[in-house]
Amino acid sequence: MRLDRELACNEMVELVTAYLEDALAPVDRERFEEHLVFCDGCDRYLEQMRATIVATGRIDRGHLPAELEERLLEAFRGWRAS
Amino acid sequence: MHVLSPEDARLVDGLRAGDDAAFAALMRMYGAGMLRVAQMFVSSRTDAEEVVSDAWVAVLRGIGRFEGRSSLKTWLYRIVANTAKTRGVREARTVPFSALAAEGEGELAVDPDRFIGSGDRFPGHWGAPPQAWAPEPELLESEALDVIERAIQQLPPAQRAVITMRDVQGFTAEEVRNALDLSETNQRVLLHRARSKVRNALEEYMR
Repeated sequence: MRLDRELACNEMVELVTAYLEDALAPVDRERFEEHLVFCDGCDRYLEQMRATIVATGRIDRGHLPAELEERLLEAFRGWRAS
Repeated sequence: MHVLSPEDARLVDGLRAGDDAAFAALMRMYGAGMLRVAQMFVSSRTDAEEVVSDAWVAVLRGIGRFEGRSSLKTWLYRIVANTAKTRGVREARTVPFSALAAEGEGELAVDPDRFIGSGDRFPGHWGAPPQAWAPEPELLESEALDVIERAIQQLPPAQRAVITMRDVQGFTAEEVRNALDLSETNQRVLLHRARSKVRNALEEYMR
């Protein structure tokens, strides 16, 4: 596989979101993946981006303030009774 | 194409039957998310709580008609978003996100100083590449989540909204585009800028 133009690392870091969204044209996707094979820095950057996304998905484990939830429960019971 | 999960279907049935346990389960699964959606549209925490309270009335009114053509989460969050937007328009506080789509124009994902300059043999390649993030014990994991939360709070509004909906709340790109009225490119660019900043924040923390 011969590619016309290699991607530089500072281009790779700007393409990473499009890559993960599956939005790169096939030619660019090939170039992106080819670069990863030979570049530890970008390979690590992509892994860190994936880890960041996974971790971000874990922050919404909170709950409503008790007083607000109490209000909603009262509304629920009022609705159920009507 | 959404299919209502068995868990959500049970929740909906329980709510319709007026079951307290269903209420509690819904709050546990979606309560914090509903407040987060409200906060994307109105500035004060008090206002956001009132939005959730108002939206809840609409949820109860509509639960009998809910057909499960969208997921329960989407349906709930959409009611909250619409309630917040109506309130925001009344109070003239919200700016459409499409107007903010150019937020962060010219920002780069990584400090350009970390790449080799154009005079060299390998222009544009890493000069100071990312270092491995050592696996951390549990205690530090919650600190890392705080770093992420803070980084997201510091983002400008449209970037914050997109990364919150996509990565925190798990909406699809299309759902976010519809909710925030963004083109595919706008959505992706905003997500890119937001994620780059969050990764940078984590990298700083991990140093």
